Amino acid sequence: MAEVQDLIKKEPSAFSFGKSERKLITDPINDNNPVTVQILGVCSALAVTTLLTKAIVMGIAVTLVTAFSNMFTAMLRDYIPKSIRMIVQLVIIAFLVTVVELALKAVNYPIWKELSVFIGLIITNCILMGRLEAFAMSNNPWRSFLDGIGNGLGYSAILIIVAAVRELFGKGSLLGFKIIGPSAEYVLNTNSISWLNWYTPNNLVILSPAAMFLVAIIIWLQRAKNRKLIDIS
Amino acid sequence: MGDVINIFIKSAFIENMALSYFLGMCSFLAVSKSVKTALGLGVAVVFVQGLTIPMNWLIDYYLLGENGIFGMDLTFLRFIIFISTIAALVQLVEMVVEKFSPSLYNSLGIFLPLITVNCAILGASLFMITKEYNFAESVSFGLGGGVGWALAIVAIAGIREKMAYSIIPAPLRGLGMAFILTGLMGIAFMGLMGIDPAAFK
Repeated sequence: MAEVQDLIKKEPSAFSFGKSERKLITDPINDNNPVTVQILGVCSALAVTTLLTKAIVMGIAVTLVTAFSNMFTAMLRDYIPKSIRMIVQLVIIAFLVTVVELALKAVNYPIWKELSVFIGLIITNCILMGRLEAFAMSNNPWRSFLDGIGNGLGYSAILIIVAAVRELFGKGSLLGFKIIGPSAEYVLNTNSISWLNWYTPNNLVILSPAAMFLVAIIIWLQRAKNRKLIDIS
Repeated sequence: MGDVINIFIKSAFIENMALSYFLGMCSFLAVSKSVKTALGLGVAVVFVQGLTIPMNWLIDYYLLGENGIFGMDLTFLRFIIFISTIAALVQLVEMVVEKFSPSLYNSLGIFLPLITVNCAILGASLFMITKEYNFAESVSFGLGGGVGWALAIVAIAGIREKMAYSIIPAPLRGLGMAFILTGLMGIAFMGLMGIDPAAFK
């Protein structure tokens, strides 16, 4: 009985923000990263990372959808029958993705056009289902919301790292601004001298397999630093 | 007829769902540890994709489109309707297979529910819309995409089985190596891009 009372005491208000809540946000960014440790949501991580802008927009969209779908599922978790919970969860996710997609279409049409089907594919992003099953079905709405934000940020972090490398070395620019490689001026007039001309953009980095290699390198570095994550099997 | 075969070959090899678009990667990386389970999942994907894509085409054309039953543009409902169709169809396939072929059900068992959240299925449904296929073409696109995905996962599983005997730096073992292998296979499949599907007409 004493243990039960302790548990009740430990949760004074629904919106506390203590150490364990902070851990919910910081943990998925490194130690429990959804992409490199839990292997969730890899599909879209590869297709949208050719440009940094696309990756940032995708990261924001996924963070919003994970946070709110976690929260809504946690609110409804006592009313959802076990046998049809997958369909209920999918409908919640699909509703939120539709909202995000229509909002993006209204706010920034060119980016929406470039992301094409990949905004829709957030629905089947395994991060969502994975977190709903593993966390939101057994925690209160506020903690689930924070867990969603944390996992969304962990996913965005990987996306932004991969996209920054791919855009910098593949196109020689970041967020559309020229950083290295020959400028447009040089292409028109090869006599124009600029110290940036030494670099030729590497087309391989733009192709999707390069994203695979980059994620593998991130996994390598992360596990070399954090040896408890190493795969024993 | 030529177009249908053309699309089948294109979606199975040249625009492979797994290796050129990298769709369905979650289950692709998690299940490709042995050839046997990979084959099970591959067959299940061919089955479900072959059914859901034409089904979604019919729903999109006759219910959501402007010349459908309701006579108005309901395409903003696509995501919810498509994912519900896929979930319902997966459930239905599960029940039918369980009833008529318990042995197949036992070998597919765990993978069937997983397929609902396989991006390759929803992705193919959405690509079918953006590419504006007609009904026959969408049937062949669905089957071809499924076959291509199954082929890719079986091939990767074969390589990963052999990989168990190689010496790999500890931090790259398992997942890291799987990523690199998939990337290399992706580059290999790019070699097929030069094929002109029109030659098969």
